Amino acid sequence: MSDKTSGAFAGIDVGGTFTDLIHYDSATARVRLAKVPTTLDNQANGVLAALDAAGVDAAALDLIVHGTTTTTNAVLERHLCKTGLITTRGFRDVLELGRRTRPQAYGMKGDFKPLIPRDLRLEVPERMLADGSEYLPLDEDALRGALRRLVGEGCEALVIHFLHAYANPAHELRAGEIAREEWPNGNITLGHALLSESREYERGVTAAVNASVQPLLRRYVERLADQLADRGYDRDVLVMNGNGGMVSARIVAEEAAKTVMSGPASGVMAAAYTGRRAGIRDLLTYDMGGTSTDVAMIRGADPAVSHEIEIEYAMPIHVPMVDVRTVGAGGGSIARVAPSGLLQVGPDSAGSTPGPICYGRGGAEPTISDANLLLGRMNPDRLNAVSDVVSMGRIEAIFAEKLGAPLGLSAHEAAAAVLRIATAKMADAVRMVSVSLGEDPRDFALFAFGGAGPLHAVAIARELGVPRVLVPARPGITNALGCAVADLRHDYVNTVNTPLDSVDLDEVHAHFARQEADGRAAIDAERVDIAELRVVHSVDMQFIGQTHLLRVPLPHGTPTRQALQALFEEAYFRRFQVELPEIRPALVNVNCSVIGRRAEIDLSALIDAGGRRETLSDAQTGSRKVWFDGWMDTPVYWRDHLPATAELHGPAIVEQMDCTMVLEPGDFATQDADGNLIVTVGGAQ
Amino acid sequence: MRIDPITLTVIQSGLQQVCDEMDLSFSRAAFSPVIAEANDRSDGIYSAADGSLIAQGSQGLPVFVGTMQYSTRTLIEMIADGRGAAPKPGDIYIVNDPYLGGTHLMDVRFAMPVYRNGEIFCWLSNTGHWPDTGGAVPGGFSASASAVEQEGLRLPPVRLFKEGVMDAEIYAIICSNIRVADQRIGDVKAQAAALYVGQSRLERILDRYGDATVQEAIEELRARAAEQMRAHIGEIPEGQYSATAYVDSDGVVNAPLEIKLNITAQGDRLVFDFAGSSPPCVGPMNSVLATTLSSVYLAMRHIFPDVPISAGAFEPLEVIRPEGTFLDAQYPRPVSGCAAEVSQRIAEAVFAALVEALPDRVTASPAGSSGNFALGGEVPEEGRSYVMYQISGGGYGGYAGGDGISNGCSTIGISKAPPVEIMEQQFPVLYHRYALREGSGGAGAQRGGFGLDYEVELLKGTARASFVMDHGRFGPQGALGGADGMVNSVRVTRGGQMFTPEHLSKAQDIALLAGDRVRVGTPGGGGYGDPLTRSAALVAEDVRLGRYTPEQARDLFGVVIAGGEIDTEQTRALRQGHR
Repeated sequence: MSDKTSGAFAGIDVGGTFTDLIHYDSATARVRLAKVPTTLDNQANGVLAALDAAGVDAAALDLIVHGTTTTTNAVLERHLCKTGLITTRGFRDVLELGRRTRPQAYGMKGDFKPLIPRDLRLEVPERMLADGSEYLPLDEDALRGALRRLVGEGCEALVIHFLHAYANPAHELRAGEIAREEWPNGNITLGHALLSESREYERGVTAAVNASVQPLLRRYVERLADQLADRGYDRDVLVMNGNGGMVSARIVAEEAAKTVMSGPASGVMAAAYTGRRAGIRDLLTYDMGGTSTDVAMIRGADPAVSHEIEIEYAMPIHVPMVDVRTVGAGGGSIARVAPSGLLQVGPDSAGSTPGPICYGRGGAEPTISDANLLLGRMNPDRLNAVSDVVSMGRIEAIFAEKLGAPLGLSAHEAAAAVLRIATAKMADAVRMVSVSLGEDPRDFALFAFGGAGPLHAVAIARELGVPRVLVPARPGITNALGCAVADLRHDYVNTVNTPLDSVDLDEVHAHFARQEADGRAAIDAERVDIAELRVVHSVDMQFIGQTHLLRVPLPHGTPTRQALQALFEEAYFRRFQVELPEIRPALVNVNCSVIGRRAEIDLSALIDAGGRRETLSDAQTGSRKVWFDGWMDTPVYWRDHLPATAELHGPAIVEQMDCTMVLEPGDFATQDADGNLIVTVGGAQ
Repeated sequence: MRIDPITLTVIQSGLQQVCDEMDLSFSRAAFSPVIAEANDRSDGIYSAADGSLIAQGSQGLPVFVGTMQYSTRTLIEMIADGRGAAPKPGDIYIVNDPYLGGTHLMDVRFAMPVYRNGEIFCWLSNTGHWPDTGGAVPGGFSASASAVEQEGLRLPPVRLFKEGVMDAEIYAIICSNIRVADQRIGDVKAQAAALYVGQSRLERILDRYGDATVQEAIEELRARAAEQMRAHIGEIPEGQYSATAYVDSDGVVNAPLEIKLNITAQGDRLVFDFAGSSPPCVGPMNSVLATTLSSVYLAMRHIFPDVPISAGAFEPLEVIRPEGTFLDAQYPRPVSGCAAEVSQRIAEAVFAALVEALPDRVTASPAGSSGNFALGGEVPEEGRSYVMYQISGGGYGGYAGGDGISNGCSTIGISKAPPVEIMEQQFPVLYHRYALREGSGGAGAQRGGFGLDYEVELLKGTARASFVMDHGRFGPQGALGGADGMVNSVRVTRGGQMFTPEHLSKAQDIALLAGDRVRVGTPGGGGYGDPLTRSAALVAEDVRLGRYTPEQARDLFGVVIAGGEIDTEQTRALRQGHR
């Protein structure tokens, strides 16, 4: 079909510091890359700069897939649009009361600001009951009055959120019709539209997030489309969602909440794609940056997706998202000796300003990055984002004074101690993520990316007992690769919440059929070439009396009662090693994902074959002293020069444009056809 | 010291990890929502010699912070003197006797010895709140029980698991004495599995670093936690600090119970003396010693959250045994209210006593109640009966850095309240409101947080309502000139007539019919500092948001607001007049 797209496309990811681009031309199987500074005031400028830097003519592109942090930043920094709420009488404070918690287990302090302030939360008489029956009709006059008041207050976006609308949305739908008559723009979010599940706080916050970032995202994608059109690009832009799929920029703002946390999701999608091609389908991803580290799990080449992510304290966004957990430490994490005399790393971070000592922006606290430099693991000449050159002597002096003296260690021993503790802590955090998802980390390979992931991955894998580490060809632009390889994806959930014995199976089958039809129609409307269309069915079940849900994959959308029972029992036993024949199960949610997979990209093009050298020694750029329980003379290689079939024995350092990888003594790495380095970890505990 | 500080840190986080993993394993596999969703459980590692606390999970319920070391110590003593059966590897003891180092009967403890080379190296123990352990009322919170036998089945330490295999006979006795017994097997398996998970994780650490090194690390960590707590205590000027906190009533006799606390700061030590507190009470608001101690510890940890939880942290805290008071209850005094309510009043007394000495660290008093409203009912036409629990939060106290949190959870808990939509799905009730309780935050330079205002109607059948709440008589205390938070309020409308229960915050078995309603207002937090010094702009903002009326702004804060604007002249005059 001529109106569909395939030929040449660009994946462009806007991160906190850099905007990355991957351009792929399927005709030549050639890859072009670019990394330019992110332009926070208008991210579109950075996008155009990336196209320029890669020498890509926008007019010649068939498709642009874009990952943006517009909504993520707006939510985390609370730069939100003025938004009004209309809700059921008696319930306007739900968004402020939360679920009755506090920010930390200990310490009776903290702060919480609702997304929509109290004076912009209005009530109208109406009420549905839990079974979906009407208890009190919608008072339409009161509704119009409330709408006019919010318009008068200058609200730009609107949420209509009624109790039990997941069970019967009639009042919300009617209120939405009226709102479209009264409201000056299209920024109207109905509570049940994004998330048709019970729990009024979670559904309400999800809707409030959606509404309060919707105008921002709408303006941004319109501006981007205009600027691209000026360059002659007249196709659709696709935007990444947090579920790892992408949707057309024309409709992305309707469900703007789904784009929150899309950056981390892109990285995990790239990891799944890379792993699948490498024949490694079970991965823990380890993305370490300057301020934090993200961890996710991939089973059978599918990233774990959660519907219950809380992106910060009391901020649940219950739409399907790749389950990425932020576990604290990053390169900027500060090391200090606590009053108890124990060395601690984190949780404080030097951030990017002042940043680690080595950034030269006035940082004077020892950090993980500084320890890496001091121990020769990182090359001081290859630091990005440095404002002013700081001498190694100064870093050494600070380590000696702040850590070495109180601990009775030399500066270098103290730096090694910082890394040892950081490794132990990060390994514990990765382990907790794995265990909370019901898996033993030793059954996985570690996929290391981000600027600092490959520096630490092998040590962490050893600590965890993980036998293999995969470092992709371009660890620093993994999120952009995620955009380039992302699927089209639409997820649907319907709540049934009925004992399995009394479930109406026709209703379940009808849900699945409707979900699938909706997904197929949505993908068709996106006009993108699809190599394969997958429909994935699952249900969420539990034993009656339980609160945790267990996701049970189904082979098709017309399961029998017996099959549901058997598949649930099997999944439960696999997860908990417990059989509970005494207790009856319940069917809670019916889920369907419709996934359009695009044509395969040849990742071997990520490293230009023409640049590769014949032998390992030709790829060596030198050697330097690196600390591994003492100084060792260590060879340094240039990643792009490694011969195609390189085999490396630790200790070794592999450097590339934006990333450094450390192989420790006893480790062994081979390179595969896509240019991944696959490390066999020596002496894993 | 032979152990290097780096290895020490690594072992410390390793032991913490063992406990966190036990917590996670327990919650994930547990059946009861009280454990799985509300995290009403805790896991820890205890010494072989005397049961003292080595490490505890960071997500455990705070009230259990100090209790399991007493139950483990008692178990070790009972084994030594022959009252308890001698252990073998793989054995797990079950115990819920409150007088043997516990809280109330519903908190069931498991304890397992970890063997190395034929010797016990340490104990692993966990506590889980079971939804029912028998007794007069479903759930165990009988507001009018007068002896522990009415509260449920009491288990001395017996080996429920023998060398890894569950004793079906003991389990059958338990199941015959509790409600909804068919689901308990899920919790028992989860609670035991958490200990086995902890054992295998701990063994990996012991194998890696060596038993002797780990033992040395444990002793060193204990000493350092003690030093850290002593350093904090050093911030408190030497002297006497006292406070009184009140429990509304014991649920049977309608008179307040007094907690009198006098704290003496002597160098790097704090002595807690509860002398003069009320004698043991008739109703279930007694506290057992372990709970009283644990309440002091958890209050101190709220004040100094950076000190790791271990027996070392408790060493500098000396609590004089409050013999003869309701804070050291003996058999057969009923105790169901000790964990949920009395513990929070003890913590309140600690906060109120220390806030003047540590004004930058301590908050004014929080609502400090679990706000337990239980509704047990029947819908005859549907042939079903049910027990519903509505727990609810309240306002926290203001503090030097800001206003108190609204609708925070109990001081001793960390659990979420159930959504209204889930309650209405599961029970035949309709909520008419679930709102911020306006005006409830205690006035102060930093005001208290606001409580919750909810109203529930019974839609079908008949039901009996019970309340175990507190702060109905006196609101949470303000500090440093701040006003008290608003008192708890319970109003029942039955057959069109509204009334307040005689004990204000406690009542049992109030019969309701369809159409009857219950309205609860939970306490606001205490205010911090003189309300007349609160920024007029912040007061006006609260009025604009409908949290206080203009009259309250004038009367409580001395701020005059007319037509939505601050009247600066009148405000100045009014505030000066109050001085």
